[in-house]
Amino acid sequence: MMAGTVAINTFREAVRDRVLYNLIFFALAMMAAAVFVGQITIGIERLVIINLGLTAISLIGTVMAIFIGVGLVYKEMEKRTLYSLLAKPVRRWEFLVGKFAGLVLTLAVNTALMTLGLAAALFYVTRGFSRADTSILVAVYFILLELALVTALALFFSCFPTPMLSTLLTLGLFVAGQFSTALREYGHVAHNRALELLLGAIYYLLPNFHNFNAIGAVAHGDAIPGALILHNTLYAVLYITVVLLGASAIFANMDLK
Amino acid sequence: MTGAARTRFTRGATAAIPLLFVAIVPLQRGIDRYRASMSAPEELWVGSGTLLKTISMGYDALLADIYWTRAVQYYGAHFETGSSQFKELYPLMSIALTLDPRLTVVPRGGSILLSEPNPIGAGRPDQAVELLQQAIVGKHDDWQLYASLGFVYYWYMKDYGHASQVYLEGSQYPGAPIWMKGMAARIAELGGSRDTSVMVWSQIYQTATEPRARENAKQHLMALHAQADIEELQKIVDNYSGHIPRVTSLRDLVEDRVLPDVPVDPAGYAYVLNSSGVVTVNPASSVRMDILDAGKHDKAAE
Amino acid sequence: MVRSLDNLTFQVEEGEVFGFLGPNGAGKTTTLKCVMGLIFPTSGTARVFGRGIDDVQMHQEIGYLPEQPYFYDYLTARELLDYFARFFGYSAAEREDRVAHFLERVQLTRFADVQLRKFSKGMLQRAGIAQAILHEPKVVFLDEPMSGLDPIGRREVRDIILELKEKGRTVFFSTHVLSDAEMLCDRVAVLAGGKLRGIGSPAEIVSIEVHGMEILCDIAAGRQLPAALAAHAVRSGNRYRIQVPEAQLYGVLDQLRDSEARILSVAALRPTLEDYFIQMVEHPKGAPPAAASAGEQP
Repeated sequence: MMAGTVAINTFREAVRDRVLYNLIFFALAMMAAAVFVGQITIGIERLVIINLGLTAISLIGTVMAIFIGVGLVYKEMEKRTLYSLLAKPVRRWEFLVGKFAGLVLTLAVNTALMTLGLAAALFYVTRGFSRADTSILVAVYFILLELALVTALALFFSCFPTPMLSTLLTLGLFVAGQFSTALREYGHVAHNRALELLLGAIYYLLPNFHNFNAIGAVAHGDAIPGALILHNTLYAVLYITVVLLGASAIFANMDLK
Repeated sequence: MTGAARTRFTRGATAAIPLLFVAIVPLQRGIDRYRASMSAPEELWVGSGTLLKTISMGYDALLADIYWTRAVQYYGAHFETGSSQFKELYPLMSIALTLDPRLTVVPRGGSILLSEPNPIGAGRPDQAVELLQQAIVGKHDDWQLYASLGFVYYWYMKDYGHASQVYLEGSQYPGAPIWMKGMAARIAELGGSRDTSVMVWSQIYQTATEPRARENAKQHLMALHAQADIEELQKIVDNYSGHIPRVTSLRDLVEDRVLPDVPVDPAGYAYVLNSSGVVTVNPASSVRMDILDAGKHDKAAE
Repeated sequence: MVRSLDNLTFQVEEGEVFGFLGPNGAGKTTTLKCVMGLIFPTSGTARVFGRGIDDVQMHQEIGYLPEQPYFYDYLTARELLDYFARFFGYSAAEREDRVAHFLERVQLTRFADVQLRKFSKGMLQRAGIAQAILHEPKVVFLDEPMSGLDPIGRREVRDIILELKEKGRTVFFSTHVLSDAEMLCDRVAVLAGGKLRGIGSPAEIVSIEVHGMEILCDIAAGRQLPAALAAHAVRSGNRYRIQVPEAQLYGVLDQLRDSEARILSVAALRPTLEDYFIQMVEHPKGAPPAAASAGEQP
């Protein structure tokens, strides 16, 4: 499919962009640090390594998703590589989906590499894996869902020729989505029905990134219910579809100066 | 028509978006349900305050504020559901304090929330003591910390020995008000007398900045006042009940000119005499006597 | 309200080489972008072989070279062509063949595996042409294909255009270089201020009456040109260039023969496309001499 072609090329671009390698090295350094830190805080090495490691994977992935994502369409518009591309038999929405898939693929590969690093660090510290450690994979999967959602949002804003603003808005939505639960709680506590309804509506509209945070539970060795995995997957798929549809509708009607 | 396919696509996409959002709502609800059933340690993000401080790269004060905010939100959220034991309240506060030992609102405000029994607070005065002691280690010359600690010992734990000690120690630091020394002496002497309690709660009421804390102190003062009234009234009723006919209500005492009028509690409601001959607060009154049961708990933590 | 294109209507026949002329800002690139579906006209349509802009399948039949093209600088020339070729569904082997063939065609084989970020402007232009024609489209749209090329490069592009024509393709290109248009195009359109100023074959457009004749001659040393003629002549060394009205041609030739001048050439003075172009652009009120075809671009 045309989108697949665009996706592979996007992946290739990301891999050849040297910024990526710096981030990976940073991540690996974090893993090494986690090992040392684990030796300072006695008795909770496993906890600390999982916490730190997963948090690092999540944060670095998010930074990449935002900063590369916001350039996905914008760079092609600015450099006008888009002109010759769109003259080919490829629809504009196929182009968007391809860019999205390419970056998600990049992030997935990156995350997988970092997870390997985490597994190595964990093995080093605990000298073996326990059953409970498989839930770490679930936490990583959730992180991937989260990154895909951030990518979709970044791609949406990437359609506009305002890179700084796009970055800020994407970042803003990400932060708002982390605290949307707290926002709704404020509505409950504030004893104002209208505010409560408003904040409740905003709660459902905002992308709820908190859904995907299982780092604490996994660090403590809790199992994650399969139903939650299913729900989160569906949520991510639906929300991403909404964002990509919106981006496609806007992009399809844009004059490319 | 120009761009017919494009228009169709745009219309289709725009129509689909709200529909998809509608589908998202039940999904989110499901997710919320499942997450609520999971344990909450992810509230803490990283479980160790010292570790956080190390990696926060200079943003520890900001993180401390965030943790305190989350502690308050955590309290608010769980208070509303009425179910909770507020398990993560102390860890959140302790982390905030580790990150910023000078954030005194944490131990002062937090100690009340920790000490108050369910359903208002966590019912863990022992955790409040730990928190305050952690704070004192970080800032040993803050008299307000001692005052808070003394209060927890006095009211919630009924540990008059420690309470007196702490008030005395705090009284020597710069800025300590005069009443602290006196308080130390009174407590040592009189233990858990009502007058001492009134003194203590009055101080809290006058110095508290948080509206909820002030309200709480006021409730306690009103209850203490009512308690004193009730004891007096009970004595009168018991003395008089030797007479015939039997006293069935306080009105009778007024008619018999024992009392000038039916006395009212600090909230303005008349006291009543129940069928067993015990003077109580009017059921309609806003004075809550049950809060005086606080601290009648075992000092030992669960 | 400024219109970048104003009621622009014309038709290009299959198999012809069509030149699109106009000064900067006339709207040439805008027109091309409308056809490509990069920008959307406020009203009107563009169709290629009966298919509209929205029809993605139409893009199978067309090739496009944008103005001052820019490509993914992290790719090599080979990778770029391969990437674009994938959109047309060729097998891997076919793709490889095509890529190699067209790299050769634009003289880039030597640089096939160099990253595009290292290409000069001329090389990028050539890569651009390659990507426009590698799927052998029926219609090729070239926006300023000669720009940035040295004379050798320009000749190569001209050759490519002629080759495409021989194969029966339609070529639509915009240019400032009027001599190229004159040489290559079956028909041209002149655009200025967003309006179509004139359309027709170069010959039609400039088939205004002959202005006069120009004689080029050498005068032997020691001899003089007749005074009357010398006044109208341009001289460099022994060589004179004399312009005379057609009617007086033979009279002047007699005079020159009497002066024992050596006649080098006699040529008719006809307006060039350049003259026409300048006239149309500077005096936009003039009606175009050839009738513009109404209707849609096929």
